[in-house]
Amino acid sequence: MGKVTVATVWLDGCSGCHMSLIDMDERLIELAEHIEVVYSPLVDRKDYPDSVDVAIVEGAVSTDEDEAKIKKIRTHTKVLVALGDCAVDANVPAMRNPIKVQDVMDRGYTDPETVALQPQIPTENLPRLLPYVRPMHEVVDVDVFVQGCPPSADTIYYVITELLAGRQPDLNQMTRPGA
Amino acid sequence: MMTYEELQELAASEVEKQEQHDYCVRVCLAAGCLSLYNDEIKNALEIAVEDRGLGDKVAIKGVGCMGLCAAGPLVSVEPDGVLYERVSVDDAPAIIDALGKDPVEHIHCPLDIPFFERQQKIVLENSGVVDPESIEDYLTRQGYEALMIALTEMSSAEVIDEVVRSGLRGRGGGGYPTGLKWQTVAKAMGDTKYVICNGDEGDPGAFMDRSVLESDPHRIVEGMVIAAYAVGAQKGYIYVRAEYPLAIERLKLALRQARRHGVLGDNILGTGFNFNIEIRLGAGAYVCGEETALMASIEGNRGNPRPRPPYPADHGLWGDSTLINNVETFANIAPIVRNGGDWYASIGTEGSKGTKVFALAGQIQNTGLIEVPMGITLREIVEEIGGGTPGEKAFKAVQTGGPTGGCIPKEYLDVPVDFDSLVELGSIMGSGGMIVMDETSSMLGVARYFMEFCMTESCGKCIPCRVGTAQMFRLLDKITKGQGTMTDLELLEELCDLTKYASLCGLGQSAPNPVLSTLRYFRHEYLEQIIDAPEPVA
Amino acid sequence: MAVRSRIKTLKIDGRDVSGHEDESILDIARENNIYIPTLCQLDGLSIVGACRLCLVEVQGWRKLVPACATYIEEGMEVFTNTERLQNYRRMILELLFSEGNHICAICVSNGNCELQDLAQKLGMDHVRFPNLQPVRTVDMTHERFVVDRNRCVLCARCVRVCDEIEGAHTWDIKGRGVDARVIPDLDIDWGDSPTCTSCGKCVNVCPTGALVVKGQPSGEMIKRQEFLVYLSEIREARNG
Repeated sequence: MGKVTVATVWLDGCSGCHMSLIDMDERLIELAEHIEVVYSPLVDRKDYPDSVDVAIVEGAVSTDEDEAKIKKIRTHTKVLVALGDCAVDANVPAMRNPIKVQDVMDRGYTDPETVALQPQIPTENLPRLLPYVRPMHEVVDVDVFVQGCPPSADTIYYVITELLAGRQPDLNQMTRPGA
Repeated sequence: MMTYEELQELAASEVEKQEQHDYCVRVCLAAGCLSLYNDEIKNALEIAVEDRGLGDKVAIKGVGCMGLCAAGPLVSVEPDGVLYERVSVDDAPAIIDALGKDPVEHIHCPLDIPFFERQQKIVLENSGVVDPESIEDYLTRQGYEALMIALTEMSSAEVIDEVVRSGLRGRGGGGYPTGLKWQTVAKAMGDTKYVICNGDEGDPGAFMDRSVLESDPHRIVEGMVIAAYAVGAQKGYIYVRAEYPLAIERLKLALRQARRHGVLGDNILGTGFNFNIEIRLGAGAYVCGEETALMASIEGNRGNPRPRPPYPADHGLWGDSTLINNVETFANIAPIVRNGGDWYASIGTEGSKGTKVFALAGQIQNTGLIEVPMGITLREIVEEIGGGTPGEKAFKAVQTGGPTGGCIPKEYLDVPVDFDSLVELGSIMGSGGMIVMDETSSMLGVARYFMEFCMTESCGKCIPCRVGTAQMFRLLDKITKGQGTMTDLELLEELCDLTKYASLCGLGQSAPNPVLSTLRYFRHEYLEQIIDAPEPVA
Repeated sequence: MAVRSRIKTLKIDGRDVSGHEDESILDIARENNIYIPTLCQLDGLSIVGACRLCLVEVQGWRKLVPACATYIEEGMEVFTNTERLQNYRRMILELLFSEGNHICAICVSNGNCELQDLAQKLGMDHVRFPNLQPVRTVDMTHERFVVDRNRCVLCARCVRVCDEIEGAHTWDIKGRGVDARVIPDLDIDWGDSPTCTSCGKCVNVCPTGALVVKGQPSGEMIKRQEFLVYLSEIREARNG
């Protein structure tokens, strides 16, 4: 039997969940015998493969690019894991939600209080902000929710090994929002 | 202080005074007709009488609601038995000239139509007949006779027994047996007890209590004093919404008159019984119609409901035993005491006795106020009394029970109207609002509208109602806009279930009713709007 | 003080238990280490039955009842953790999370929060309802404390402790439905409140990070509530 293909994806998050993933340390070597990371910020591949067994996605859906990406991933993935609070409940990125998008942009690019040089709102190569930052399951169906900011390496290891064993991970006692 | 004999003398002299006039022209001065300037028509009629030197022969009297609000302004003439509809100021001279002759043709409203013939009036017996601003006029209609009977000829227990035997159930919506409630309060410990009249009528399209208060306020005072005597209370409150200024004004006047005539206050009618009433104004929160919220509001606190038990009978206003009944319930008391509980119980159905006042609104010919015996069918109300839907549009559903009631489709029009049958149909009797909808009405829109109402009127105390209504509104809005999915529909149904069974008070518990009943009878209308709905099976 | 009180026997989750007639289902359950989740309830404060998390089923009763506000009755059979109740409780938590801006990761109460604990205990792994995106305010005008309404669950513990124990009634609730907010006095800045005694009781009874001490680093706000029962007993004794 071939290895299970795994993708890890980074949407609007701080990459802390990926740090936690790497924190599995030597267990990564053990996992490498069973899985193949086919797409990830940690590997070179640029296009999402046609068929992936498990996608572990960090981050909230904040831009039109995030939205398009997660929809595409959903179509080409068997099991979608929302990793960490940003993916599960939008978390810190959602703190901009009570503020209008235009005000967010102004604060970031033109407000003299925050921008010293060449105040201008970029028009090219910048994904458009959605009116509200949303958790992943509001955009696509999610199979496994892993709360935590970030979820611990142990939790992530448990999730992956349970999925490898063909079981739905029961995270009730291991995770909670925030910690 | 007056004795009952003196009151009777007063009534007799009032009758004599009224009989001096050959004609009495009654002008409706309740809110509906007043909004159409019927006070100006009354002035015009008075001028017309004066111009013709008929001052001794013709009395012009301001009265309460005559019921057929759709045809207002209304004017009636006695003893001719003529009703005029859609009267204008210019019609005044013609009305006076026609006294005792053929009625004025273009404004003549026939009385032999089902709207009038199918009604049976107990609560509204004086509405449109007596001058709500005159205690003397009320006295001529057996006013305060029941109070006298109760105070002098009956023990408290006997009064309660008549109410029990009448089978009267609370008219505010819950349908709790009134006699049982009175018994419980009478038995409660404590020296201080209160009687509260709930006049915080808040259902959109409902104006039963308003009309009774505007048309016959003394009837409420009398009912409350009898109740106070029966349960042993010393102090009463009438809680009326501030949006009813005319009702408040007339109530205040009635209370002053009642005190001056010895039927309210200390030593009522010389019997040694003391009871006084104060008015408290509601500031417009729908939830204050819920009894525990209402009491919190009277106490000067935020009008939030609290868990029951303890019920008000046990732990009510300021912790004391409290009897709380609705306006219409109190309006039934005097006739029950006067005529006996058995008389009242002979009207209506097995489980629901007496009559019920309904406010007919929506897409119906005869918008207005009606009183019908319990057990009458919805069809009789809608098609006969109400005159059906206007124009060529077909009837679709009738919504009973206000924002927390349900929509009943045409298949069930022949069901008799009583407390239990309406619950079986997924609706409630409620306080008596009845909104008729024709084929152009979207049931999803109706559900969305009422959910928005419940959402804005939720007090915010308990979570299922506070957030549940907001989320249900979101989902209904989404489905209405054609953006909803089957998952949304499932979530909506789950929320209905949660809010119905987990909310603290009646508002939350019944808030899902419009959704549940429209889902029950008009599910296809929801599915038509849903993106991924399965194809309908032929 | 000898008070005559009848003893009642009942069943909770199949276990035979007993208690005084003036004790609630919640009292007896706790005495017997049967867990019923609560949020608005706090020993020492009046019972309001608002959060509905402690709803239980009673055999033969049509309605669900709040365990905190329901006295025990002879022979009653209580079920505290049926699948239906579990679903309702999870949904209530989802609703709570959906109406506020509860961002646990950057909250000073992270790790010491009753709402967070409940979410974990009751197995709420995500919120199915979209966030209502409320615009709520933070008031930092008080010298020592902060009210962050984004994190408020409207349990009204602060309102009750301030009124019932401190006797100041600085806090109350303004607005209806999802617009309800806790406010000091007649909705002024907390720092300007002439009635606030700065006693800090509201901060300590608050189950979440809505009322906190200023200047706490994330996750280090620890609430102390043990004082409450003693204070309320003293107050009751003094009021006779």
